[in-house]
Amino acid sequence: MSQKVLLNATEITIILNRLACQLIETHLDFSNTVLVGLQPRGIYVAKRLAALLTEEYGIKNLQLGYLDITFFRDDFRRGDKVLNASKNEMEVAVEDKKVVLIDDVLYTGRSIRAALTAIQSYGRPSEIELLTLIDRRFSRHLPIQPNYRGRQVDVIKNEKVIVSWKEVDGKDVIYMVNK
Amino acid sequence: MSQLSVKHLLGIKYLQPADIELIFETADHFKEVINRTIKKVPSLRDVTIANLFFENSTRTKLSFELAQKRLSADVINFSVGQSSVKKGETLIDTVNNILSMKVDMVVMRHPNPGASVFLANNVNSCIINAGDGTHEHPTQALLDTYSIRERLGDVAGKKVVIVGDILHSRVALSNIFALQKLGAEVKVCGPKSLLPKHIEAVGVGIETDLRKALNWCDVANMLRVQNERMDASYFPSTREYSQQFGIDMPLLDSLDKQIVIMHPGPINRGVEITSDVADSDHAIILDQVENGVAIRMAVMYLLASKIQ
Repeated sequence: MSQKVLLNATEITIILNRLACQLIETHLDFSNTVLVGLQPRGIYVAKRLAALLTEEYGIKNLQLGYLDITFFRDDFRRGDKVLNASKNEMEVAVEDKKVVLIDDVLYTGRSIRAALTAIQSYGRPSEIELLTLIDRRFSRHLPIQPNYRGRQVDVIKNEKVIVSWKEVDGKDVIYMVNK
Repeated sequence: MSQLSVKHLLGIKYLQPADIELIFETADHFKEVINRTIKKVPSLRDVTIANLFFENSTRTKLSFELAQKRLSADVINFSVGQSSVKKGETLIDTVNNILSMKVDMVVMRHPNPGASVFLANNVNSCIINAGDGTHEHPTQALLDTYSIRERLGDVAGKKVVIVGDILHSRVALSNIFALQKLGAEVKVCGPKSLLPKHIEAVGVGIETDLRKALNWCDVANMLRVQNERMDASYFPSTREYSQQFGIDMPLLDSLDKQIVIMHPGPINRGVEITSDVADSDHAIILDQVENGVAIRMAVMYLLASKIQ
């Protein structure tokens, strides 16, 4: 199994800062915006961005939720894997809000399709946008594209992108492994 | 652990403690789902489930059906009253006929103990036991222990007394197994005539004095007196039963500590528990009903993922 570093800690920090600024450009004071991190791994991107926005850019009353899409996936009973759910923390109201879905890696787009359905059970957002840290080019199964992307990468099918975070995995790094 | 060790839910007896934990964790997620604005998920949209009730039921049937609908499964219902069973069809024939209509899962209640095990051995489908005679009622035990976990934080180390008609109760047996697997201590309490012989062999204590039992326990699960299953007189009168084995407010207030009161329903108000007890903060009877839907969603979700 070979490994190649795609982004190191400094690059991740720079990218997160850029994404935070791009969000501010569109959402200004975030009064009508809800950030929604997708379980299980998108929540770390969401947490980092929320911390940056609040601490570095002085955004107040940022609304943040975590959405689990397990029960909305389209591959239930279609693989050997049993789908185990993670916790939903959607105490924020999404009705008539601008929702930004946040995930770490955009690959086939199927998770995002599931998230678009899942978010509806909490209300009808006025708009939904997508932010992903890594965008795997040329691998989409569905017509879904991010509004904000950290880095676009070309990764072939038997390669996997692993995003590791300091707070859970020990260090900030994104690498590609060949399975 | 990410999947169940069993293909059917026939009884708590066949489950590992880790299976029960997995069902609880999954039920936590479903409990959140059923409190959303839109209480439905599409997980089981390509699964068809038959509810076969060869015996009357209100809340179990409603609860299963609601759980199935919340999971987007297709549901067909069968009640023995309007069926060909009256014309002499055997159980296996009835079920195989239903299965040839491409049904993936069968939820069955039957008056004969062991009916669901028999079915699982003889037909090719996923079977969920919704109560078989005086044998087991696994989803009830799961929702009871889940409700204890919710109220008291944990089941392990808790003392639970099951009061009443243990002899005719499938809820009692399933509860005993579930509580023991999760590390609780169990006693049964009731008139001697309603306690099965050799019940101590499954590792439960026996108490015939209700006050002593209540002073010992953290949770009292009050079972219904099942008049319909009684072929003889097991106690002199309902009045005498309720005086000795019924809970009222003065009795609860006179205990050294606050205990949790459970009841699997339907309540005979004034027999096992009085109305003021059933409606008090001690009782978690309606929480049990709500949790029943979440638990049944979890069970069907986890079992459906194992259907080939």
